[in-house]
Amino acid sequence: MPLVKNGAPAADVYVRVADGDALPDAPVIVSADRLLAEAHALAARGGALGVAWPNDRDVAELVPHLPQLSLVALVFPKFRDGRAFSQARLLRERYGYTGELRATGNVLRDQLLMMVRSGFDALEVEKPADAAAFGKALASYSVFYQPTGDGRRPVAALRRARVAAEAAS
Amino acid sequence: MYIHDEFDRTFLKERVAEFRDQVARRLSGELTEEEFKMLRLMNGVYLQLHAYMLRVCIPYGTLASKQLRALARVARRYDKGYGHFTTRQNIQFNWIKLAELPDAMAELAEVGIHGIQTSGNCIRNTTTDAFAGAAPDEIEDPRLYAEVIRQWSTLHPEFTYLPRKFKIAISAATHDRAAIRVHDVGLRLHKKDGRTGFEVMVGGGLGRTPYIGQTIREFLPKEDLLTYLEAILRTYNLGGRRDNIYKARIKILVHDLGAEAFGKLVEEEWAKIKDGALKLDEAGLAAIRAHFHTPDLPALPEKPAVLADALKDPAFARWHAQSVTAHKVPGHAIVTLSLKPVGGPPGDCTADQMDAIADLADAYSHGEVRVAHEQNLVFPHVRQQDLPALWGKLEALGVATPNVGLVTDIISCPGLDYCALANTRSIPIAQQITERFADPERIADIGLLHVNISGCINACGHHHVGHIGILGVEKKDQEFFQITLGGKGNAKARLGELIGPAIPETEVVDVVERLVDTYLSLRTGPGETFIAAVERLGVEPFKDSAYAPR
Repeated sequence: MPLVKNGAPAADVYVRVADGDALPDAPVIVSADRLLAEAHALAARGGALGVAWPNDRDVAELVPHLPQLSLVALVFPKFRDGRAFSQARLLRERYGYTGELRATGNVLRDQLLMMVRSGFDALEVEKPADAAAFGKALASYSVFYQPTGDGRRPVAALRRARVAAEAAS
Repeated sequence: MYIHDEFDRTFLKERVAEFRDQVARRLSGELTEEEFKMLRLMNGVYLQLHAYMLRVCIPYGTLASKQLRALARVARRYDKGYGHFTTRQNIQFNWIKLAELPDAMAELAEVGIHGIQTSGNCIRNTTTDAFAGAAPDEIEDPRLYAEVIRQWSTLHPEFTYLPRKFKIAISAATHDRAAIRVHDVGLRLHKKDGRTGFEVMVGGGLGRTPYIGQTIREFLPKEDLLTYLEAILRTYNLGGRRDNIYKARIKILVHDLGAEAFGKLVEEEWAKIKDGALKLDEAGLAAIRAHFHTPDLPALPEKPAVLADALKDPAFARWHAQSVTAHKVPGHAIVTLSLKPVGGPPGDCTADQMDAIADLADAYSHGEVRVAHEQNLVFPHVRQQDLPALWGKLEALGVATPNVGLVTDIISCPGLDYCALANTRSIPIAQQITERFADPERIADIGLLHVNISGCINACGHHHVGHIGILGVEKKDQEFFQITLGGKGNAKARLGELIGPAIPETEVVDVVERLVDTYLSLRTGPGETFIAAVERLGVEPFKDSAYAPR
């Protein structure tokens, strides 16, 4: 599955490790259960650590572990199941998570921009053609009506800036 | 009305371009039908029984005359020359070809209208009072807040793939003309200690599990509108059921948790975001208010001589009594155009009528037309001295049937004539009722009476809140109808009570007539409306007589 990270195709350096399997000497992604059960051992191990967090579990549970995590993978089991959009915004905007936030599952072209706007910076895009069209998908809009943590300026702020500029000139 | 600026125009162009690309990818097979379905729905495109249907949003029910002409052009060029107005201030075109949809949308975008979020599991177009900005009983024009919500909810990255659809309605008047208690979120603008804010209701809705919305906050300061909505939506997006489409609406979550517990979750979430970037301030509201063009109406004499003279004509007086409503500015009036002619499908309007209505709006209503929840059109700003002349022209167009608010002002879904979900047809039932009750004097004597027809349990005709509700059901491959009594859709919303077994189509109009006759024989006088009589007497006497001759 093609990985797009910060807007460009990227190699996936992480290994997904099943519960109970030995940890390889590489960046790993473990399950939520394993992270919570083996938190100390995993932190002591050093190296890049990621977790695959299900979309029906409160991300607040993850907060104590965020300093140890270099990757959080959220899941879209079906593209129309949008719970991970909320989880992503909470991790970024409320809990201040700055590591890799990866969208996984049924990740399709027509949701890519909304994922990025919600805070995802890495996307496991399901179809290669969609991954190739990533730039185009992100450029499909230049106007945004609501503020999120992605830094794009919403229309209201742009209008206000224009009024201020007109008043100053 | 709201005047689009270059940001809004650019956005609409980008939306049309995106949809054009999605259609091309669907036609090439790059998108599966399942993937495409969600995308087309969020542009208002349904696949119905016979063709694709385009549902176009009339933002908070306000149309400029040039927008109505654009709808007429689309009806003529891409459809069969007519459109159908819905209970949520939308218009539907029933016969559009998929390949032509992007062109139709591009034409509409030229005048600032679109089908965005008129369907799909997202925040739908926000609806409000068709009399907004004109009604004497409102505290403020609610369309400002409807526009604030439109902007916030448009392609909201977090809330576009919700468990299920999400509908918001706002009322700012004493009289609720927006059915706010049967919406996922209902907002009632009111004043408290000199401040303006909202009563917030959640979990209302009809469909197969009807609920009346419950208040989770009596007073929300207006600047907190969006932060509070964001808290409600986030609680729902994360907590709403996704395992069963029939249990996925917010009303089920509210019901399962209890309104109090749900409200507590919302308040907890809200406490964390209430001072965030979405908090509104006076400058932000003023900037949006500046986009609204509201006509400056001079106070004129009440009931001028030309009107007083015209009222001596019983036909004009009958129309005036039903269609003309008080305006907040003296000497003016709000005029409702009935889209419920005898024998016609409720809410339908031809392209020729649309063009003619647009011309009349320019001449008599400051170029403005409204779409009412009851599937009628409204001229919000008419001078009383113009009413007699306007009446003649509306008569000629067939939109002056003197039945607004009466038994033949029927709210109806499109039913099995169009809809892929319907069990039964609705339009023929409506037509039969309008024909049976064609006598204008008789229906005026019967007085206020709301009849609502839904062709299936999804309840698009809001049968649960009709004074008389008619619900189509399928029994042994045949069309049958259940009758409910005593529903109300206003501020004191209540669900109707089923009065007996389902009846075949041939008996529906007789049962309606017997219910009406029972009311006439039992009412204390013409001052007691049908619904008041049902509330006083209960459904029993009606039940007995409705089925008596069987």
